[in-house]
Amino acid sequence: MCRIGAIKSKVPFHPSKALYLMLPQQEGHDNSGFAMTMQDLAGRFTPYKDKPLLSLACTQKGAKLVEDYMETNNFLPVHEWIPKVKQQPGLDIKAMPYYIFRNYDYPEHYGNATKAAKEELLLNTRLALRAILGKNEEGYAYSFWPDVLTLKEIGDPRDIATYFHLWDDNGDMMARNIVVQCRQNTNYDIVRYAAHPFFLQGYTLCANGENTFYTKNKEYQKSLHRGYIGFESDSQNFLYTLHYVLHELKWPIKYYKHIITPLPFEEIKSRPDCAELTAIRQSLGHLEINGPNTIIAMLPDGNIMTCCDSKKLRPVVVGGDDTTMAISSEVCGINTILPDRSRENDIYPNEREIVVINDRLEVERWKQ
Amino acid sequence: METVKMQDMTVTDLPWKIEYQPDRCTMCGSCVAACSFDAIEAAMERRSITVSTGYQPSPTQKHMATPVIKQKSRLGNVCVGCGMCEKVCPNKAIRPVRNTDSRYNLLARNGGNTIKRGGRTNLNADRTLDRIIVGRISQMTDPSLDSVRHTFDILAPFGRVLPPNELPFASDGHSLKLTHATPPVKWIYPVIFSDMSIGALSTRAWEAIALATAYLNEKHNLPIRMCSGEGGMPVKLLESEQLKYMIIQIASGHFGWNRIIKAMPRMKVDPAGILIKIGQGAKPGDGGLLPAAKVAEHVQAIRGVPKADLMSPPNHQGLYSIEESVQKMFMSMNAAFKFRVPVAIKCAASATSVSVYNNLLRDPYKICGGFFIDGIQGGTGAANEISLDHTGHPVVSKARECYLAAVKQGRQGQIPLWAGGGIGMTGNAAADAFKIICLGANGVFIGKLLIQLCGCIGNEHGRCNSCSTGKCPTGICTQDPRLVKRLDVDKAAQNIVEYMLALDSEMRKLMAPIGNSSLPVGRSDALVTTDKAIADKLGIQYVC
Ligand code: SF4
Ligand code: SF4
Repeated sequence: MCRIGAIKSKVPFHPSKALYLMLPQQEGHDNSGFAMTMQDLAGRFTPYKDKPLLSLACTQKGAKLVEDYMETNNFLPVHEWIPKVKQQPGLDIKAMPYYIFRNYDYPEHYGNATKAAKEELLLNTRLALRAILGKNEEGYAYSFWPDVLTLKEIGDPRDIATYFHLWDDNGDMMARNIVVQCRQNTNYDIVRYAAHPFFLQGYTLCANGENTFYTKNKEYQKSLHRGYIGFESDSQNFLYTLHYVLHELKWPIKYYKHIITPLPFEEIKSRPDCAELTAIRQSLGHLEINGPNTIIAMLPDGNIMTCCDSKKLRPVVVGGDDTTMAISSEVCGINTILPDRSRENDIYPNEREIVVINDRLEVERWKQ
Repeated sequence: METVKMQDMTVTDLPWKIEYQPDRCTMCGSCVAACSFDAIEAAMERRSITVSTGYQPSPTQKHMATPVIKQKSRLGNVCVGCGMCEKVCPNKAIRPVRNTDSRYNLLARNGGNTIKRGGRTNLNADRTLDRIIVGRISQMTDPSLDSVRHTFDILAPFGRVLPPNELPFASDGHSLKLTHATPPVKWIYPVIFSDMSIGALSTRAWEAIALATAYLNEKHNLPIRMCSGEGGMPVKLLESEQLKYMIIQIASGHFGWNRIIKAMPRMKVDPAGILIKIGQGAKPGDGGLLPAAKVAEHVQAIRGVPKADLMSPPNHQGLYSIEESVQKMFMSMNAAFKFRVPVAIKCAASATSVSVYNNLLRDPYKICGGFFIDGIQGGTGAANEISLDHTGHPVVSKARECYLAAVKQGRQGQIPLWAGGGIGMTGNAAADAFKIICLGANGVFIGKLLIQLCGCIGNEHGRCNSCSTGKCPTGICTQDPRLVKRLDVDKAAQNIVEYMLALDSEMRKLMAPIGNSSLPVGRSDALVTTDKAIADKLGIQYVC
């Protein structure tokens, strides 16, 4: 089983906090990987918040392929951070030769492009890079988005942190939002892409659990959007549905729950919004997600959210103070990073609920 | 004595031979009276018997004329192995035995007649579904459910489902509101009582099924729907509340529609749906046939026809393309009920089913509310044996192909797929339904199983299958009032109700281990097969 977490703070914090959130929960994960997506960056990335940031793990050849592609497609690099790694014997990490985090300027002819057009360009570019790198396994393009950084690696999270100097909180690599997971997938082969969180056009998601509707979800999602690819993990379905509902259909977030865990027909019948809920259930039946799971997601606007399956078979807790809120599989993680919060305010979301935390750290709860 | 001709038939030429024990027989005559085929008769035979009547044995040989029961060896009175004689004989003196030396196939076409019989295939009893196993069992990470305590949503759509991006929603940022109506969709039990007409069935058998339907809905909250079959229904039912459980069929013969249309203004409720029948799996391309023998007075009244052979053409005459027929029929049917009643279409499974389904999926008016495909093992009525045994198409791969064709276009679920034809043939309809639903169907329809629950003793090995003769020994598909009386309506309805309740529990027993609260439509990953060819064809896991 996975353990997942997210931290949202009014003040930028260092990824070590995410590690402190996750490590106490290690009985629930197997220390086989570490992955995180940071959003609303600070530190060295502050001047480049509006420039799309490419997060890459690759070989030397892969780095060259990416450079060539970006150049041909008129992306100008404006800032680059190649983490200096700590090569220390005995570290449990299956590292890639290069980790590149590079901000680009949009191609010149995108100067007056709409936000939507830019979003499409960024997605297309990442998909193209992924295809190029995938051919001979020359690398992985995790995200290409303004103000978003993704790091994923196989190995023991502690060692991965040592390797990337993630324990050293020197103000260099900071963010206001982080979604994190400590584990490689078990359902399928170990593939870097399969490690949560998953990212698509500003939507970040990780999940703890199982999706028994994987085949059915995948078959449907494949035709819905060109960005719905890979399917290295059954949890990718959750992200794609989130993206589909919010980004494509532009429906309010509370309907996400009605799609992945629709109410029983009997219950729908007695609701005043019966017609709408019925229409949603029947049209989106193939996006229903069955199985025990908990989801933590981050939206393009920086809001973080959580919800769980209709039977509430996986744990999750929300807690925090005026400056920082965290969502986590287990409360021990939050206790470690926020020991002084008032614990009686902790929320244990139930099975028919979506909990959203916005930028003012207000908690909104929607009963399904 | 007449001259014996070499070509004369003997009972050894017939498919069933009567095994008779004269020493047990008391000549009560029950068997002769029970045999609706007039296959046996009381006759006199000259017998030689040894008798001893005195105080001491002094056997003497006696020759006397003794009454016996004799099987007729005439083609018009062939024993069909129904076993009614055995059932009624108080002394177990008589029973039919299958005759492996039968020459019936050579003899039965005399006079240039084709062989006609009840609608079941006698050659193609091999079923793919029996080689598929529910193999994905949830255990630790995705726990299985408790089939007894968990609540399950066992419902399937009937009606046109819009793709999500076409739902007429207005959003105020917090909530969605439907701005205008969407095509009607009814969520019903995933097992429909298939279309068997009054005419094909006796009124009592039809009534038994209708009764079971209402009972299941009203007492057990199981939203089962029943399809009328071609030929309409009693006006009383059309004008009753129970019409909401009925799917009215319009087939190529359009029989009975006059009365349905006339009843419309007096209908209290809408029917559950309309089913336009193009073809059926048992005899694709052969149309429907109601032999004159079964066109009794009430059938003439319901259908508005004289006593004559009633043939439904194999297609809806006068329409030349899928698009055209669909548009015309659907527009008029939808319009008739003001677009409140879903309209579905039923075709025989065939090599072209997928093309038809594709066509329907792309129909810009979004008018088709269901695609029913009927496989080779379906059918209950009367047909030519040549059609029954040598035409048709298994339904499983076709249902799967249709689903996958929809998947390719991202339109799965938009036209609910219903599969039938042999569902429950081995007696376990829940397993069949579950597996075909995992392969992509939304639900199944069953027919033959229902008449078997009413008491039909026919089978796929040539037993009885006399539905075409008007002499159904169990009173199920005959209009002969003497035979119809044999059917106990309440008992028949009760059997159906009990079977469906068991089926419902069995569905839960199958949904629970795969961890599903709702129907596993398209969950092909839940299935495995030990047959490589089936695995490849259906895209499910091969195991050994
Ligand atoms: S088995 Fe049926 S058809 Fe044959 S003799 Fe007996 S009652 Fe008649
Ligand atoms: S018992 Fe009646 S319904 Fe059954 S096969 Fe014989 S004739 Fe047909």
